[in-house]
Amino acid sequence: MEQTRLRRFSFLFQIGGVVLAFVFISLILILVGANPLETFRLIWEGAVGSSSRITNVIIVWIPLLLVTSGLLVTFSAGLWNIGIEGQITLGAIVTTGVIRMFQDTAVPPALVIILSIIGGMVGGMVWAALAGLLKTYGGVNEIFGGLGLNFIATALNIGLIFGAWSRAGIASMSGTDPFPEAYWLPTFGSINLSWPSILLAIIGLVIVFFLLQNTHFGLRLKAVGMGLRSAYRLGIPTKKYMMLSFMVCGLYAGLTGALQVVAVYHRLIPSISSGYGYLGLMIAMLINFKAIWIAPIALFFAALNIGGIQLPIVQKLDSSLTGVLQGSLVLFILLMQGVKQRVLGKGGGN
Amino acid sequence: MNIQLKHINKHFGDVHANANISLNIQDSQIFGILGENGAGKSTLMKILSGFIQPDLGEIFLDGDKVAIETPADAIKFGIGMLHQDPLDFPPMQVIDNFILGRSEGLVITYPEKIKAFHELQKEFEFSLDPYTYIDTLTVGERQQLEILRLLWLGAQVLILDEPTTGISAQQKDKLFAALKVLAESGKTIIFVSHKLEDVENLCHKVAILRKGSLVGEVDSPYDTDQLVEMMFGKQITLTQPKPFTQEKVNFALQDMVVEKYPLEIGPVNIELFAGEVVGLAGMEGSGQNVLLRACAGLLRPISGRVVVNDKDMTRKTYLEFLENGVSYLPASRLEEGLVPGLTLAEHFMVTSNEKSLFIDKSQFRKQAENKIDEYNIIGRPETPVKSLSGGNQQRAALSLLKENLLVVLLEHPTRGLDIESAIYMWDKLKERCLLGTSIFFISADLDEILRYSDRILVFFSGKVSPPLDTSQTSLEKLGQLIGGKGWDQTFE
Repeated sequence: MEQTRLRRFSFLFQIGGVVLAFVFISLILILVGANPLETFRLIWEGAVGSSSRITNVIIVWIPLLLVTSGLLVTFSAGLWNIGIEGQITLGAIVTTGVIRMFQDTAVPPALVIILSIIGGMVGGMVWAALAGLLKTYGGVNEIFGGLGLNFIATALNIGLIFGAWSRAGIASMSGTDPFPEAYWLPTFGSINLSWPSILLAIIGLVIVFFLLQNTHFGLRLKAVGMGLRSAYRLGIPTKKYMMLSFMVCGLYAGLTGALQVVAVYHRLIPSISSGYGYLGLMIAMLINFKAIWIAPIALFFAALNIGGIQLPIVQKLDSSLTGVLQGSLVLFILLMQGVKQRVLGKGGGN
Repeated sequence: MNIQLKHINKHFGDVHANANISLNIQDSQIFGILGENGAGKSTLMKILSGFIQPDLGEIFLDGDKVAIETPADAIKFGIGMLHQDPLDFPPMQVIDNFILGRSEGLVITYPEKIKAFHELQKEFEFSLDPYTYIDTLTVGERQQLEILRLLWLGAQVLILDEPTTGISAQQKDKLFAALKVLAESGKTIIFVSHKLEDVENLCHKVAILRKGSLVGEVDSPYDTDQLVEMMFGKQITLTQPKPFTQEKVNFALQDMVVEKYPLEIGPVNIELFAGEVVGLAGMEGSGQNVLLRACAGLLRPISGRVVVNDKDMTRKTYLEFLENGVSYLPASRLEEGLVPGLTLAEHFMVTSNEKSLFIDKSQFRKQAENKIDEYNIIGRPETPVKSLSGGNQQRAALSLLKENLLVVLLEHPTRGLDIESAIYMWDKLKERCLLGTSIFFISADLDEILRYSDRILVFFSGKVSPPLDTSQTSLEKLGQLIGGKGWDQTFE
């Protein structure tokens, strides 16, 4: 009884947070002279108005699914893997490197693609392991270490695009030379959406769900996250588990970067991570680190991203408005969680 | 300030932690609240100090009804609470902790504050150095600091939750003297404890709680048997120590020296026989806990060797000690003992050696149920350990220890436990001794050391005595030794 009442109560607070976020955005829209209802309708239209728009939403959904899944693993261990952006970038760089290495050889393209994706995953994992080593053995907070590694990854990426891997004659912000089509991931017929990406994203999500829900590994990670010293005292090799959580998350980030290269852009571009890592951090916070909510909320965020694209043309609004909406959603829902705790009392034992 | 509590009720899930409790507490006296663990003492005090809200009930201060919603509210009304585990900031200096919580001006004028600090501590004959860091202080000293801080914030009412656990006898005397001074100056003192002796020596009046309800109130002088009966509803007898056999050496320290600024501890030489219990006696902060941590591989010795079962384990990590049958139970249960957010059943999952990938949840649920029965834990497999009472947390920690351990290292195993839980704890430990486990334990309670140890190591500011046979010593002698007296005569 008590339990179900509590649950219903907390659901109301979640809804309250969503409502507040929309009210807040509406106020901003009114301030800049736009009609909020019309704007929301346009975003909806922009996301589901045509089959190509829906396709685009799914293309954004895939990396969000993957990064958020990976981030839940580090969050479980109590770690803030801010370095995920750099891990995505490294995944993309290694993937591009592998394809460039083999694209003029006789190695079958399918094999090259598989190798490049595996390479990308390893690249992301290594980059994450660096943040992990800095944290566990160097005593560097993972937020600072990750941030530093993000800058290095970006610099490396730009350096390659304008240096070693630059286009013949002109180095360009539009990235490296596109790969021949044989090195693209297959799509659903003429629709520009690759089915192996969707498959990998869903498998990745399911793995994380079971990992955190039903395995000894997942539970030990949670123990590390909830009480580091106690976990060690109870016999859990905490450093090892922290390293492993970084590496698993790095695999996911690397896979994300790899898929952005082989399935979406077919080349390396400067902003290859597209900020999906940070967006994933926001989604993870929004869903209170519950894997079951990744898919719907990531889909919602992807829809916002795509739905906002046409706002500048139709409404003379900047498309970053949807970013404001995403950010305020997270803030208001977190705020309502705080309010809920105050209202329901702090509890606590004897 | 006079405090009136009327019909206070608080539920935690199914547990009725406070059932319709009404009390009148007068100023200028020390009011005791007595009860075993889980009786609802802490809950009641947390309600009075604004940490939690009652489901029902009213609080009156000097006749005015008040709503105390936060600890800050409580301080505003003049109510300050000293917690069982001091709530200070270990990386900070004493003086900074002292100043914290009082908001005045932008810039801190240290000389003025330090003067105020010294003047205040002189009243109670405390001698804290304002410039030391909290993490080098003992629990007793941290408590003294907290009292000073609360008084400086203008507290008229001081609530002390189990203040005598984990502090030395000397510090206890100082504390009691300070509390008496405070009561004489018109303050209201609420003293929460399960220790009959402390309550009897100190309190003018005592209220006894049992299972969330108020059993009754008694004025000093007290009849001990009556108090015990009110607390437990039955009489309890104590067990006798059992002899061990000197056959197998489980654990040995050879010329071991450990260091923790400013103490150098050792050299220590001892062989721990199978089934033997060795108590580490000494004032708080004399180096016992440092040595114990080194015995578990949580701290590296400067020199000397640790031998487990004839295997040199010096400089090995705690996890390797654990694998070799050495387990350590720390005093801070929720910081180092158990993972607060996990349930009882999840603790068994986490500590199992299960190599399989997936968790067989029903198996661990069953294991948890069995242990809950065996160890008398009041809770269910799905209860998060943070909502267990202190005694139950300790039993849970004990139930998590692996079978067939060579050595169990215990830091204040019965700190904060009532008599019944403490006896239970030792019964369980003695069962292990009969199976060949050796025990190394620290206690601030000399009675406990004398009652359960076969041999004793005495600590005095880093100096460690040779092993002393319990039969060759007495409470008086041990009391002198931990105070640094009579070492030459006893150990030549």
